[in-house]
Amino acid sequence: MTGKQFFVLGEVRDRHIHSVTFELTGKARELADTCGGTVTAVLLSGGLDDDPETLLRSGADRVMTVEHPVLSMYNQDAEVKVLAHLLRRETPDVVLAPATTSGRTTLPALAAELETGLTADCTGLEMDPETGLLLQTRPAIGGNVMATIKTPVRRPQMATVRPRTFRAPDRKAAAGGAVIRPEIPPELFVSRVVNLGFERGEDGGSNIQDLDVVVSGGKGLKRPESFRILEELAALLGGGVGASRPAVEAKWMGYPHQVGLSGKVVAPKVYIAAGISGAVQHLAGMQTAGFVVAVNRDPDASIFRVADLGLCGDLFDILPRLTERIRKEVGAE
Amino acid sequence: MKIAVLIKQVPDSDDVRMDPETGTMVREGMGAIVNPLDLNALQAALDLRSAAGGEVTVITMGPPRAHEALRECLSMGADRGMLLTDRAFAGSDTWATAKVLAAAVKKAGPFDLVLAGEKATDGETGQVGPETAALLGMPFSTYVSALSLADGGVEVARTVEEGIQRQFLPFPCLLTVLHALNEPSMPTLAGKKRARRTEIPLEGIASIGISPEETGLGGSATRVVKISYPTISRTTEMFDEKRIDEGIERLVAVLRDMAVI
Ligand SMILES: Cc1cc2nc3c(=O)[nH]c(=O)nc-3n(C[C@H](O)[C@H](O)[C@H](O)COP(=O)(O)OP(=O)(O)OC[C@H]3O[C@@H](n4cnc5c(N)ncnc54)[C@H](O)[C@@H]3O)c2cc1C
Ligand SMILES: Nc1ncnc2c1ncn2[C@@H]1O[C@H](COP(=O)(O)O)[C@@H](O)[C@H]1O
Repeated sequence: MTGKQFFVLGEVRDRHIHSVTFELTGKARELADTCGGTVTAVLLSGGLDDDPETLLRSGADRVMTVEHPVLSMYNQDAEVKVLAHLLRRETPDVVLAPATTSGRTTLPALAAELETGLTADCTGLEMDPETGLLLQTRPAIGGNVMATIKTPVRRPQMATVRPRTFRAPDRKAAAGGAVIRPEIPPELFVSRVVNLGFERGEDGGSNIQDLDVVVSGGKGLKRPESFRILEELAALLGGGVGASRPAVEAKWMGYPHQVGLSGKVVAPKVYIAAGISGAVQHLAGMQTAGFVVAVNRDPDASIFRVADLGLCGDLFDILPRLTERIRKEVGAE
Repeated sequence: MKIAVLIKQVPDSDDVRMDPETGTMVREGMGAIVNPLDLNALQAALDLRSAAGGEVTVITMGPPRAHEALRECLSMGADRGMLLTDRAFAGSDTWATAKVLAAAVKKAGPFDLVLAGEKATDGETGQVGPETAALLGMPFSTYVSALSLADGGVEVARTVEEGIQRQFLPFPCLLTVLHALNEPSMPTLAGKKRARRTEIPLEGIASIGISPEETGLGGSATRVVKISYPTISRTTEMFDEKRIDEGIERLVAVLRDMAVI
């Protein structure tokens, strides 16, 4: 292939291509189009129930799929060996991967293996028109600043990106390109790490990253019981419950619900923040939401600066009224 | 059993102060602590030593004052400390840091187990652990929230997005750990006394056998080219105490328009 090569290391969970793979493929397409480059999406799995061709319709020029039983559950040892082999052979300029627990495990080891750098949790990616280098922007120092980082000499230039940072492109009706199954030396599938099993967590099914509505509570909720109010409201809206870090630290909600720099990034259609002040670290996890509603009694709370609609007052008064009103609305239909 | 724990000294505050001119962190006058997750890694090492015997070595790369962090670990019960300090290390990115740590582990080892925090509160990359493992050629696991000894290795539970994954890793291996793993113990008086008596060798670049080109700014693959302040703002329609009902009606209309309800 000619031109710059962009590789997306996709994620497969439970035999399905995870949505972040489409988000990154779309972004890679955008970047590649600025410099006449090509996009390859790589999928490692124990087998796929989805058609890898959907990635061709989302911006990839080709898809490489590697299937092997050892990869049916996440296996860092085999992944690093297989990907290092592929990337050494293909010598891409840019490699993007999801900043999920899997991506954040495989990628640093892979980067070290390839003797190159890696930028974690990028929220912005663009090609520098002057140098042709990938500019990788990530929150730094607790989200107080954004640092833009580049990898001037070493190749590939590698970055991980949190799910929902970029929007998945609309799928085209049809697209060219090919799905290929590269030849991998069998010894690379021999893993020193042995998978013993997987237990799905209680929260596993309700990943707040996948929901259209997230209703979050912070320290202003004061008691764990107050989260019932949020749960009720979230349920009426078909959404889930998020929390700020102090609310999680107080054990009012579990860590899977934490939104922000050290929690999850969510980009729902509607984000409702109640009793949350709006610290930059929290904003880092929700600022790309479609419509933001803030409920806070402090008119100067920073959360109002990123809100489309602000309700200034006591949340213990406002939320029950809001819930009641929405119940009426939903029930009336 | 010989265990190495990689620890990092980090600023002690949640509200890190910034120099508005330079966009850099104000370190002067700031307290420094051991990265909280590294204390979980240390506690795991101490627990394993209680169960199986052996020795725990804490290793850090940092400025001379990072010896305070090692002392704290010694007073919690670690046997030995190793401080890697050299001008040549300055400006290291995670890869350059991992090269130094891998060389140090090789020099102080061999170890059966290397433990690290899942991430540090200042860098927040979570990359140094897996990078070090790769450079040491060790199998590794991450996000470890439970750990037990098994025949010839360890069994771990990794907390990931959708649940708990169980894995076996043979020795020698490297693990990065989460807060849920254990409750770090407080330093004891006897521990503090012993810590004061224990000498912490200071190792420079020459003693771990890597060249200046491999580390520091020059040995890093990445460069920070710009620091900027996030500017996020939206036009907010505000409803105060007296207009809450109006605000609720407005919200219901928006939700209807967006087909949420
Ligand atoms: C490295 C680092 C990472 C971090 N990561 C995260 C992260 O991932 N997620 C995160 O959220 N934070 C994170 N933080 C913490 C962050 O800096 C803030 O401390 C935190 O977001 C504040 O949470 P809060 O808004 O719930 O609490 P507070 O800041 O205490 O705000 C509570 C708000 O509730 C309002 N309130 C109180 N009572 C009522 C009432 N009755 N009615 C209406 N309003 C009321 C108050 O006016 C106030 O604005 C991180 C910090 C650091 C340094
Ligand atoms: N300079 C350092 N010295 C020793 N260990 C470190 C250093 N930097 C990072 N680590 C280890 O790597 C982990 C992850 O750090 P980070 O990749 O910076 O988020 C930390 O919790 C430490 O265990």
